Amino acid sequence: MTAASVIERWIAQFREFAANGASGAPAWLRELRDGAIGRFAELGFPSTRQEEWRFTSIQPIAESAFTPAQSHTSHLPSLSEMAPFLVTGPRAVFVNGRFIESLSTADGMPAGAWLGSLWQALQSQPDLVRAHLARYARADAHGFAALNTAFIKDGGFVYFPARAVVAEPLQLVFLTMAGGDQPVSHPRTLIVFEREAAGQVVETYASLDGGTYLTNAVTELVLGDGAQVHHARIQRESERAYHIATNLTHQGRDSRLVSTTVALGAGLSRHHVSAVLDGTGAFLLLNGLSVLGGRQHVDHHTSIDHARPHGESHEFFNGVFDGDSRGVFNGRIIVRPGAQRTDSKQTNNNLLLSTTARADSQPQLEIYADDVKCTHGSTVGPLDETALFYLRSRGIGPDEARGLLTYGFAAQILDQVEIPGVRVGLDRIVRGRLGVAESRPSAA
Amino acid sequence: MTMLEIQDLHASVEGNEILRGVSLSVRAGEVHAIMGPNGSGKSTLAQVLAGHPAYQVTKGTVRYEGKDLLDMDPEERAREGLFLAFQYPVAIRGITNSYFLRSAVNAIRKHQGLPELDPLDFLQVLEDKLKAIGWDDSLMNRAVNEGFSGGEKKRNEILQLAVLEPRLAVLDETDSGLDIDALKTVAEAVNKLRGPERSFVVVTHYQRLLNYIVPDRVHVLAEGRIVRSGGKELALELEAKGYDWVKPEAAVA
Repeated sequence: MTAASVIERWIAQFREFAANGASGAPAWLRELRDGAIGRFAELGFPSTRQEEWRFTSIQPIAESAFTPAQSHTSHLPSLSEMAPFLVTGPRAVFVNGRFIESLSTADGMPAGAWLGSLWQALQSQPDLVRAHLARYARADAHGFAALNTAFIKDGGFVYFPARAVVAEPLQLVFLTMAGGDQPVSHPRTLIVFEREAAGQVVETYASLDGGTYLTNAVTELVLGDGAQVHHARIQRESERAYHIATNLTHQGRDSRLVSTTVALGAGLSRHHVSAVLDGTGAFLLLNGLSVLGGRQHVDHHTSIDHARPHGESHEFFNGVFDGDSRGVFNGRIIVRPGAQRTDSKQTNNNLLLSTTARADSQPQLEIYADDVKCTHGSTVGPLDETALFYLRSRGIGPDEARGLLTYGFAAQILDQVEIPGVRVGLDRIVRGRLGVAESRPSAA
Repeated sequence: MTMLEIQDLHASVEGNEILRGVSLSVRAGEVHAIMGPNGSGKSTLAQVLAGHPAYQVTKGTVRYEGKDLLDMDPEERAREGLFLAFQYPVAIRGITNSYFLRSAVNAIRKHQGLPELDPLDFLQVLEDKLKAIGWDDSLMNRAVNEGFSGGEKKRNEILQLAVLEPRLAVLDETDSGLDIDALKTVAEAVNKLRGPERSFVVVTHYQRLLNYIVPDRVHVLAEGRIVRSGGKELALELEAKGYDWVKPEAAVA
C-alpha cells in the first residue's frame, strides 16, 4: 500500500465519521477536527527515515485496515471482568472508546467537580471544554495526534475547580473488546485542575479479550497555579495490540505533578510525554516503567520543557526487557532562555534479561539558560553478576535471585507511585511476571 | 569433628594463579584467623570457599563436614550452613533487608525440609536474633545495603550471619573501614555467636580485630600459601615484626 492510499483510507473513514457519528458537535469542534484531518493529510504516518521514529517502525499500523470501534452496548463487561483493572474510587469506564455510564460511578466527587465523558461535557458545558481542549500544546505534532484530534468525540473529562480536593483516586478506564474485528479507537482525555486543586488521576488502557486493535490516545493534563496532582498511566493492552499515546501536560506556577507511566502490554507501543513547566517554581516527577517480553516493543519519547525559572524536574525511566523485546527511550530536556535556576535530572536504566532483548537510550539536552543544574545518565545491561552471587551466597537459588534483582529494579519506580491502590496493584502484576512472592503479611 | 579440610588448594582468576597450595584444617567450634599482606590471596580464599564463579579452582580439595564443597553451587553451600561476610557487601535497590533475609531463611528452611516462614513468623524470629546480639531493627526496612555507611554494611553482614545461623562463617575483612566503636560492636556480636557447633574463619589484614575476636589458631598467608601457623600469640608477633618477617620461602623448605 502506498503512503497516499493509506492517508486516503483514513480520510475516507473521517468523512464517514464527520457525516454520521460526530453529529451534534459544536461548530468550533468541527473546525478543530477539519483542521486536524488536513494536518494528518500533510503529515501522514511517520516513517523510520524520520529521526524521531528511527527505532520504531509503525509500518504494521499503516498496512492494517482498522475499522471504527463499535460500542457493543449489548455485550458489556461484568464488574468481575473489569475488577483486575480497577482501583477503589470514582471511575469513568469506556468500552471501545465510548463512555459507559452503567459501569461508571461519580460517587465521592465534590460539587463543581466533574468526572465522566468528554462528549457529555461537550453538551452540558461546552465553554469549559472549549477553554482547554487542544489549547496547551500542539496536539498535531505527528500524524497520530492529528488523527486523534480529527476523531475527537468521546473520552475522559476530569475537572477540578479552584481549591477542590479529592482524597480518593479518580480512574479513567479504557477497555477494548476487539471481538472478531480489528477496531481502532481514538480516546481523547482532558484533565483540568484549576488553581490550588489537588487530586489523583489514573488512566488505564486494557484489553478484555485479547485481539488485534489500535488505541490512539491523547490526554491533556492541565495544572493551574499551586495545583498538586498525582497521575498514573497504565498500559495493559493485548500483546497483539498497537498503542500510540500522546500525553501533554501543562503546569502553572508552583504546581506539583507526579506522573508515572507504565507499559506492560501491547505488541507495539509508542508513548509521547510532553511536559511544559510554564510557571515559576513548578515541580515535576516524571517516571516510567516498562516490563516487556516476547516480541513486544515500547518506545518512550519524553520532552520536559522548562519555560520559567526555578522549575524542578526529575525523571526516572526503568525498562525490563526479556525475550526478543525491545525498548527505546528518548528523553529531551529543554531549558528556555530565562528559565534560570532550573534543576533537572534524568535517568534511564535498562535491564536486558536475554541476549536477544535490546534497548536504546538517547538523552537530548537543550539548554538556553546559564544558571541551571541539569544531569542525565543511562545504562543498558544485564543483571549485575556480583549482586547475583551475593544473593546466591545467602542460599537463594539463581532463578529466584534473578527474579528478586529484577523486581528490585522495577520496584525503584513502583515505590515512588504515591497512589496506594495503584502501587499495590502494579506491584502484584510485576511480582507475578517475575515469579516473586508477596512481601506483605497476608490478611490471614 | 573436622568442619573444614582444605588440601593443596590452587585457584586462579582470569588466568592468574592466586592460591598456590593452601592447606588448612578447622574443627567445629574453632576460630581461625587468616592474616597476610595485601595481595596474598586472603580474599580469594574467602571467595573460593563461598563459590564465587569468577574464580577457578585448578587443583586441590575442600571438604566441608566431610562433603565435597567444591562440587556445590554457591546457594547449596549456603543452605548447607556456610556463610561469607563480604568485604564489600552489595547494594540491592528496591528490595528491603527484611524481604531479602526472609527469602534467604526460607530457601535454607526449604532445603532442611522445614515449612517456610510467613512475614509475621519471620518478624518474630528476627526479633529473637536481634535481641541475642543486642541490636535493633533499624536496618531492616531499608533497601539492602543501599546508602548504608561502611559500618552499617559490615553490621548488616553480621546481622545476616546471626539470622542464617551458619555452622561455618567466613568473615572477609569485616574490620576494614570500621572505626574502633563499630569494630567493638561487630566483634561483640560475633563473640555472642560463637559456640561449640560453629566455626569461624576470620580473614583480616590487621591484628587489632583479634584483640576482640580471640582466635584459636592464626595462619599467615603470603603469595598464595600458608607460610606460618600458630596460636593467638602469632598475631601479636606479626604486629610487632610486620609481614616482612614471614617469607614465603620458609614454607617451601
